[in-house]
Amino acid sequence: MAASRTDAPEALRVEALSKAYGERRALQDVSFSAAPGELLAVIGPNGAGKTTLLQILAGALVPTAGRVSLDRRQAGWVPQQPAIYSKLSVRENLRLFARLERVADVDASVDRMLAQTELGERADDAVGKLSGGNQQRVNVAVGLLAEPAVLLLDEPSSSLDPRQRERLWAFVARLAREDGTTVVYSTHNVAEAERYADRLLVLADGELLFTGTPAELEQATGAHEAVDFEGAFVRFLRSRGH
Amino acid sequence: MRWLLLKDLQILRRSPLLVALLVLYPLIVALLVGTALSSGPSKPRVAFANLVPPGEATIDVGGERLDATSYASELFDAVDPIRVDTREEAIAKVESGEALGALVIPPDVIERLRGTLALGGGEPPAVEVYYSAENPLKRRYVQATIDATLADANKALSDEIFKEAARYLNLIVAGGNLSLPLVGDVDILGLRAAQAIIDGAIAGLPEDSPSRTALQQVSRFARLAADNLDVSKPILASISSPVQVKERAIAGSETSLDVFGAEVAVVLSLMFVTLLLAAGMLALEREEHVFGRLVRGLVSRSGLLAEKIGLAGLCAWALAAVMLAVLVAFLDLGWSRTPAWLAALAVAAVAFAALGVAIGGLTREVRAASLLAFMLALPIAALALVPSGAVSGTLYDVIRVVSAAFPFKPALDALDAALNGGGGMLTPLLHLAALALAFAAIARLSLRRFA
Repeated sequence: MAASRTDAPEALRVEALSKAYGERRALQDVSFSAAPGELLAVIGPNGAGKTTLLQILAGALVPTAGRVSLDRRQAGWVPQQPAIYSKLSVRENLRLFARLERVADVDASVDRMLAQTELGERADDAVGKLSGGNQQRVNVAVGLLAEPAVLLLDEPSSSLDPRQRERLWAFVARLAREDGTTVVYSTHNVAEAERYADRLLVLADGELLFTGTPAELEQATGAHEAVDFEGAFVRFLRSRGH
Repeated sequence: MRWLLLKDLQILRRSPLLVALLVLYPLIVALLVGTALSSGPSKPRVAFANLVPPGEATIDVGGERLDATSYASELFDAVDPIRVDTREEAIAKVESGEALGALVIPPDVIERLRGTLALGGGEPPAVEVYYSAENPLKRRYVQATIDATLADANKALSDEIFKEAARYLNLIVAGGNLSLPLVGDVDILGLRAAQAIIDGAIAGLPEDSPSRTALQQVSRFARLAADNLDVSKPILASISSPVQVKERAIAGSETSLDVFGAEVAVVLSLMFVTLLLAAGMLALEREEHVFGRLVRGLVSRSGLLAEKIGLAGLCAWALAAVMLAVLVAFLDLGWSRTPAWLAALAVAAVAFAALGVAIGGLTREVRAASLLAFMLALPIAALALVPSGAVSGTLYDVIRVVSAAFPFKPALDALDAALNGGGGMLTPLLHLAALALAFAAIARLSLRRFA
């Protein structure tokens, strides 16, 4: 598990990031960093600003204020809903986005992603005919085509069954451990955050309330052993007035 | 961008129903609209100037006094008249678009009509018809309305003339009483009675009488004259148009109705295909949730719009070009103007595609985009085809402004100029280019809230 140390090399640095939609402030002065190969979970209630944060990191949204050290080309983005063409086959989608990403060897890259996501047998099937889980795998594969230093996943497991979730997280963990890819993901499932993340970012109403490991969050709430992590998280939010 | 183009073509290829609809729908609509356009409004507004001096409108036909201008009033059953006092006022009404056409009864028409009825020779009477040639449908409609009314008037007059002439012929052939002014009743012997008298006289003459041969010649003449004057009745009945029409177009091109129908059908098809493709393809990027992924550096927003405009415009242009080529062959228009109409179609396709992406950008959903495209396209086309004079002047001005804000009318004007080769193509092309830029700008703005 990668540690969050101030002297560690940084794959990503976010400084005083804010985003406002008119009068509504979706993000307020958010700062954090991530090390190479680190798994960072962004958790928080609905409307906390999780998707907004990931969209800004991905370069899909321009912040009102603040700075992100990440170049768009270094980030692979996997939106919450599969952002792929349902009429095209898996291979055609991968090939299209590989070309748009200006990947040097398109065919090799497509074959690599088909192998990594174990979608080789469905490569010529139209994406619209795939299950939600397989569509999400294609979605992730597109995000990984350019071999990004940082992978941004927005609620990646929300439409998956437990078995598919397990396979997804095993795949993501392998990326972080073996390839050194930094993974930042948002989730409603705090158990997943506790289980797979090296570090947590707790957002509520656009404010970053906590940065640390799951154990540190539990300690911060003073939760005893009878309370599970979800209970500790809810207690933490209440203690901060959310 | 070429990969996006390739992707959109792949998607189109896998949607055969959509492609079939895109091809068939405009053709069906074009047919329906073309049929609907062949009939005009029920009562067109026509300027009417009666220049015949008051009290001089009556003519005498066989002792019966007829008010000639009453025949013109029959026109008012078929049109909504705008009465004016001078020829210039009538023409001005047509030029301003307030009237579809103008009917002018010249001051000398009664005098000439009297001459015609008295079989005195000279110039036949004629009324003057003015119409705006800006729209062949309008021209045909005005011509048909006025021609039909004048045909009725002519028939009524010719019936009177025929009845009177037939009565004279009967008198000459069969004899009888004729009442003449100042002279009183005159007994006419008639050719048949004259022949009977001569035949009786010949019978009383000796066989070797020198007068017999001469009288026999007179008898033969009387019989031949009587027989042939009877034959002249149907010839007389064929004189059916004592009043003639002098027509004059005031402005616009001389496009025939057939060519105009072809132009409308092609521009309608071009509009529907381009709007639906451009709007649908842009909205699809959002429905597939791909827009955000594309514009985070893979493709610029302007590049995405340019791709949609290019592809939709190219597909629709090819379809419209094939359609027009077929119509050009059918209508025997010749191929010398092909580069001009291909260029007109291309610029029009770009303008329609820009409107399409604006619709797609504003609606953000494929179904909503298609619906709005339909809802917008039909009224735009209908408004652009409303002839001046069919509605009030103010409303027509509003319609003109609305039509100018969309590409249908300038596209129609450009294609008309391209096909007829009479010049004037540059203005509608510039108009289309300006609209293309304006709608592309609207589409670009709409992408701010697209993701």
